[in-house]
Amino acid sequence: MDLRRTPFTDRHVALGARMVDFAGYLMPVQYSGIQQEHDAVRQAAGLFDVSHMGQVRFTGPKALATLQWLLSNDVSQVAIGTAQYACLCNERGGVVDDVFTYRVAQDDYLVVVNASNRAKDVAWFHAHNPNPEGCTIVDQSDDWALLAVQGPKALQALQGLVNVDLESIARRGFVSGAVDGVDGCFIARTGYTGEDGFELFIPVNLAEPLWDKILAAGAAVGMLPVGLGARDTLRLEVRNCLYGHELSDDISPLQARLNWVTKLDKSGGFVGSEAILARRDSETHFLAGLVIEGSRIGRDGMRVLADGQDIGWVTSGTRAPSLGRGVCMAYLRPPYGKPGTQVVVDVRGREAAAVIVKGPFYVKESA
Amino acid sequence: MNFPKNLVYTAHDEWLLVAGDEVTLGISDFAQDALGEIVHVELPEVDAEFAAGAAICEVESVKAVAEVYTPVACVVIAVNEALDGAEDALNSDPYGAGWLVKLRVTDASGLAGLADAATYQARVGA
Repeated sequence: MDLRRTPFTDRHVALGARMVDFAGYLMPVQYSGIQQEHDAVRQAAGLFDVSHMGQVRFTGPKALATLQWLLSNDVSQVAIGTAQYACLCNERGGVVDDVFTYRVAQDDYLVVVNASNRAKDVAWFHAHNPNPEGCTIVDQSDDWALLAVQGPKALQALQGLVNVDLESIARRGFVSGAVDGVDGCFIARTGYTGEDGFELFIPVNLAEPLWDKILAAGAAVGMLPVGLGARDTLRLEVRNCLYGHELSDDISPLQARLNWVTKLDKSGGFVGSEAILARRDSETHFLAGLVIEGSRIGRDGMRVLADGQDIGWVTSGTRAPSLGRGVCMAYLRPPYGKPGTQVVVDVRGREAAAVIVKGPFYVKESA
Repeated sequence: MNFPKNLVYTAHDEWLLVAGDEVTLGISDFAQDALGEIVHVELPEVDAEFAAGAAICEVESVKAVAEVYTPVACVVIAVNEALDGAEDALNSDPYGAGWLVKLRVTDASGLAGLADAATYQARVGA
């Protein structure tokens, strides 16, 4: 099967990127190296092609009511021109996907879904739309290119290319605008890296030249193109969940500690809310963050031990480039998820001592 | 990429410097490039014995872990302790500071059939 391409695939190849199959797309995993790309985002700026992600448009007088039923968060709190994180849950209280909802207008929402879940989500949305007469759901994934420009100097690098005042866009806000003269873009102050930055939704047919334009504009601040490898280390350092690792059809959002986007008291509930409530008191494992002592690295699927017992499993792990330490996220049985607890990760039969920590692994020094 | 002519190379992208019955072993320039930035190395104990084809070390990058195999039956006579905290030597100097282990060969038959630099280079297409 041929892998799908984004408008920027030829640019990645021209830059010498290592290309991999990611969710059926031919995507760059790294250009100059994960450490260097990671550091560029933490210290200056990085440009990511995330066009593989899906966009689903919800429009009509019942769009809000539909999203309130489909999503775990309280979508009524989303003002026009702002965005909100949420889970899409199944009737067993598991997570179908985690999504970002952008409110474009009164009855117009753009929901960004994971590439790997796009077909599943679109089918799910249609099958569970409580108001098909009043809410039209359209998969626009093939209409949009998506670039992320992330890092403390992202704003400075981008400002000269856009016709809006980037400073005036609040965190998790977005506006319509033009990028290098390409009209019809959404410019959003959102991202996945723990840094300030922007995501640019660009009409797909006009997008290709913008890759080189943005890199050229960013050269003065040290912007680098960044692949999926550093995208993963960046998100892991700030403990953002990744579907297929921390989240799955069997894991409740409360197990993933996503209580803040799981509004169980929302009027009318949402798909899965009753199941999440029913299973809440019998959940056996909850997500925790571990820092490893020594240079061994925990990886997805490794077991975690304490007091001679199996207490859970790792969902993501890497050496955190900003910290120079091994870090993991893991589902652990209470009370072992308590910060300060000493545990052991079984790294292919060898022990790696680790300690539970609270909050993000990487915290930005305040400027 | 660089493939020194004084070395021989395995099907798993290790290099060997053979000097009598002593062998120094590491991973090739091709292997380090494919793995990316190496951040952890799991070395064997000195005096440990290995059969030909056994996994003798693990080399781990940010994204992946790879086993390193010995093509010859051997006893470990030295390991590169200096890699601890300086694993990037495997990327920057895979044939020098990035060496992994020194071995005493106990059965040399595994050395037959290893590739010379030109053959190896042609195989990896670099």
